[in-house]
Amino acid sequence: MDADPFVVAGRAFSSRLLVGTGKFASHALMREAVLASGTEIVTVALRRVDLDRLGEGDIVDFVPPGVALLPNTSGAVDAAEAVRLARLGRAGTGSDLVKLEVTPDPRTLAPDPVETLYAAERLVADGFTVLPYCSADPVLCHRLEEAGCATVMPLGAWIGSNRGLRTRDAIEAIVAQAGVPVVVDAGLGVPSDAAEAMEIGADAVLVNTAIAVARDPVAMAQAFALATRAGRLGYLAGRGTVRAATEAAASSPLTGFLDRVPGPVPTGAAGAL
Amino acid sequence: MSTPKGRFAHELERLDLAALSATAQRATDGEVTAVLHRLRADGDRLDLHDLAVLLSPAATRRLEELAQAAQAVTVQRFGRAVRLFAPLYVSNSCLSTCTYCGFAKGLPIARRTLSVDEVQAEARLLSGRGFRHLLLVAGEHRVEVSQDYLLAVVERLRSFVPSLSVETQTWSDDTYARLVAAGLEGVVHYQETYDRARYAQVHAAGWKRDYDRRLSACELAAVAGVRRLGVGALLGLAEDWRADVLAVAAHAAFLVRRFWRTEVTVALPRIKPSASGYRPAVPVGDAEYVQALAALRLYEPEAGIVLSTREPAPLRDGLVRIAVTHMSAGSSTEPGGYSHPGAAQEQFAVSDERSPADVAAMLAAAGYEPVWKDAFPLHAAAQ
Repeated sequence: MDADPFVVAGRAFSSRLLVGTGKFASHALMREAVLASGTEIVTVALRRVDLDRLGEGDIVDFVPPGVALLPNTSGAVDAAEAVRLARLGRAGTGSDLVKLEVTPDPRTLAPDPVETLYAAERLVADGFTVLPYCSADPVLCHRLEEAGCATVMPLGAWIGSNRGLRTRDAIEAIVAQAGVPVVVDAGLGVPSDAAEAMEIGADAVLVNTAIAVARDPVAMAQAFALATRAGRLGYLAGRGTVRAATEAAASSPLTGFLDRVPGPVPTGAAGAL
Repeated sequence: MSTPKGRFAHELERLDLAALSATAQRATDGEVTAVLHRLRADGDRLDLHDLAVLLSPAATRRLEELAQAAQAVTVQRFGRAVRLFAPLYVSNSCLSTCTYCGFAKGLPIARRTLSVDEVQAEARLLSGRGFRHLLLVAGEHRVEVSQDYLLAVVERLRSFVPSLSVETQTWSDDTYARLVAAGLEGVVHYQETYDRARYAQVHAAGWKRDYDRRLSACELAAVAGVRRLGVGALLGLAEDWRADVLAVAAHAAFLVRRFWRTEVTVALPRIKPSASGYRPAVPVGDAEYVQALAALRLYEPEAGIVLSTREPAPLRDGLVRIAVTHMSAGSSTEPGGYSHPGAAQEQFAVSDERSPADVAAMLAAAGYEPVWKDAFPLHAAAQ
């Protein structure tokens, strides 16, 4: 057994890289990239799944055996839709796992914090294991954890933007407080972004666009796997303290003259006057 | 009686399209370089002035660069995937007289409005060919294709077609709201041309003659909760196609800004031969057509760009690699044409006659995943 497993709702995984399945040039290429990434959890948009075509080349058919399928509610614009979609997904896939996404703004695909919380409460009550995609907001993450979510999945940057860990400060605060795994989802653009998220204590990362739209998605999947692992090891190893940039500067520009004053300076002299 | 101006009509009035169009005519190579540089270096969003520069003859000479920039933006946003849909013509009856259209009132053609059962049969056939997104298309006949008719069609199809859109006459806000409640996802209303004078010339009679009724319809639909809106212009109608492309872009940008929950798609169909006998005064060349779509992509990176089978196969195959994200395939433009081809008059002649499977195979060969299903039933009863 892995000495450092990633545990979600009682299930242990060796890999801390989760992979999305959208935007690939073909399902076959997606499968190759998933295999190369070593991931054990892939997320699939329920709106892309065609239950009438399962077994006939549907996207789900290309998820390699042994890899956990994490259906997501992408496309839902409010809590009611997300709940309905999650139930449709459970009926079709038999899985209680759901990655909750409520994104009413088609431009940024930013998660709606209010509707996400509502949906999380209802899905947890309905027996789902809920992994919510959410804003990088420490209070919202508290609330989602209190609602019974299995993880929190704050965004690094807008979905598909490849802009990297733009929410680093917030992620640090979320990691410091969280009682459930923190999975940095969305926006990670290059492997070093994944390493950075892992180094600051994220429990896992989820990557899709950066792999899918790379010139060589399979190689990029491997690179993200290595970076995620490296970042995790770096976090576990415990980094040394960071010296402020000014600390290394020579002496003290304002009080250095004291070293050049001849003779002893009597203490309490001022009081004696 | 004409409809009062909608919000975008007022915005369009304040826009100096003539000046923008002049920029589009006169921009220099240096200006094109500057816009392309800002795109590459800073990932800047473009304004309408920048778009005008990219529509210029100077930019036509830089088409390859423009196409490469557009491709990068398209792949980043939409991935290597193209969504497929089919138009389902439910009626060619029409009470409007549009001089360019094969369905125009008064044309001596075989008219037909499908029964709801017949629409269902067509939809089943298309579903069997793989489609999960259907666009219901009709002429403008508010008696034969009424609100109740469309509601009945949506209610009938929603259990097996997860994504339904309509391209019909414009409706009241109340009708849009009812259609949304029944499970309708998208509404398409192309303005055809944004040039009021030209619009009046080619829309001789009928409800469609009312420019502002048509222009404000997307706003009503958005307020009613339609989640995908399609806007566009029919290139070849107005002499100054660049002005129409600029107006479409402004319209899309307005809708995106004003109705933040709504996804906007854009299309620039070119006029095709039809029973109307209409010939475009100023045809838009292929290179300029590609340029227009690439420039639109760069101006509005998040907007889906839709391409129909009006365009020939080689052009469509090229455009999916540059800007297009949604394509129809294997289309028939006559009502009932999938089950019984040739029984009624088509709206226009399609150019790309490949089957849906062949178009999907082309996409796969080009390195794109053909996406058939990208929606879930919006109505609870449809599960």
